[in-house]
Amino acid sequence: MADAIGKNYQKIISEKQDIIRDEWLKRLKVALEYQKDILTEKELNKNLDGFMTLFLKTIRSEEKDLLSGKEWKELKEHLSQIIQKWASQGFSIRETLSFLLTFERVLFERIREELGKEERENLDEFTGLEELLTELEEFVAEQHVKNREEIIARQQREILELSTPVVTLWKGILAVPLIGTLDSARTQTVMETLLQKIVETGSEIAIIDITGVPAVDTQVAQHIIKTIDAARLMGADCIISGIRPQIAQTMVALGVTFDVVTKATLADAFSIALKRLGFEIKEDRREEK
Amino acid sequence: MEAAIEEKTIKIKESNDVVTVRREAREYAEKLGFNLLEQTKIVTAASEIARNAIVFGGGGIARFTTIEKPDKRGLQISFIDHGPGIEDIEAAMKDGYTTGGGLGLGLGGTKRLMDEFHIRSEPGKGTSVTIVKYL
Ligand SMILES: Nc1ncnc2c1ncn2[C@@H]1O[C@H](COP(=O)(O)OP(=O)(O)OP(=O)(O)O)[C@@H](O)[C@H]1O
Ligand SMILES: [Mg+2]
Repeated sequence: MADAIGKNYQKIISEKQDIIRDEWLKRLKVALEYQKDILTEKELNKNLDGFMTLFLKTIRSEEKDLLSGKEWKELKEHLSQIIQKWASQGFSIRETLSFLLTFERVLFERIREELGKEERENLDEFTGLEELLTELEEFVAEQHVKNREEIIARQQREILELSTPVVTLWKGILAVPLIGTLDSARTQTVMETLLQKIVETGSEIAIIDITGVPAVDTQVAQHIIKTIDAARLMGADCIISGIRPQIAQTMVALGVTFDVVTKATLADAFSIALKRLGFEIKEDRREEK
Repeated sequence: MEAAIEEKTIKIKESNDVVTVRREAREYAEKLGFNLLEQTKIVTAASEIARNAIVFGGGGIARFTTIEKPDKRGLQISFIDHGPGIEDIEAAMKDGYTTGGGLGLGLGGTKRLMDEFHIRSEPGKGTSVTIVKYL
């Protein structure tokens, strides 16, 4: 609930909106330790102007409760777009909230300055404004946390995808399917687990399947190369499977090569591995007449 | 005409941010209509330069811009850090050159993956790399 804003305040705010906006911009930049690298002047201005316009509309609205009008909805929508972008750019909650906190400070200072002496002593009509701003601040804090949580949840999914188990396909044959975007720490863990399993099981062949890897950069390549070398020292040969055409071509341009047998699919790699261990694969075909 | 795709700048600081850069690169490339091979090249190139900026440059920013010219469209990604810079760019570009125990293929490889590659670096001031791929 936010009460209607007194006409005298409305008048001050709309007459002095340019002064308020400029002072606000100045203070916001300080609060943000503004770097134009992150946020262009143009974008910031657009954010402020949009907010100013919608804020004025909201306080001028005819609604008895300002928080039930469509102007209020629009204002919140505008704010939510700004902070969603900021969250994805890595802004902290303090930085995000400063958008409103600096505005509030400038707004109230300006109103006090414009008011006559007696009016200044009787400031209860401020309450509508205060309620409105508090409501907005709570909204922003909540949205920011929600945005960050979404980002974290996504990162967790990405990490989870990487905790891939090393599986035994056959006595002496291990396989590790790598899935998802690989970051250094995770790749390292998977590779260490693989080496450990080679030792434990005395396996001779390890298949590293990268069907689920969307890109192989030099770092991922280096981890794989190191694993191949380490496995070799332990007496196991690696086979890389699942290199998709676009990844193969990218690797060529990048200049990375794996000095082992590579196969298109895990099935192909498995069949080669079995043959190497002396098994023969035969189809049990009954004569059909 | 489709709606213009907005420019975006993100902070890159920790190794996890490379993942974010890759995702953004993938999204931009997809939206612009690059095919799967080109997308993979762009993502891989962005991954290389972002990691360099974080590992060697102490972090910085990555900016995604779309190029809309009458005769060509494309994706431009710029990376700026304020780290130690590169003394000898020519050497750094050579395949196999690394001061960080890597493969030393990141810079040279990225140049081969993209259509344009611009690097500027001033010792003590930082490094900026801009890469472009056209549709
Ligand atoms: N942003 C940067 N700031 C300072 N030095 C850099 C930067 N980027 C690259 N360098 C220097 O250039 C060298 C070559 O970079 P390049 O990306 O080609 O190889 P690498 O990162 O060492 O290994 P790889 O990329 O293959 O994993 C680096 O080892 C480093 O010394
Ligand atoms: Mg590199």
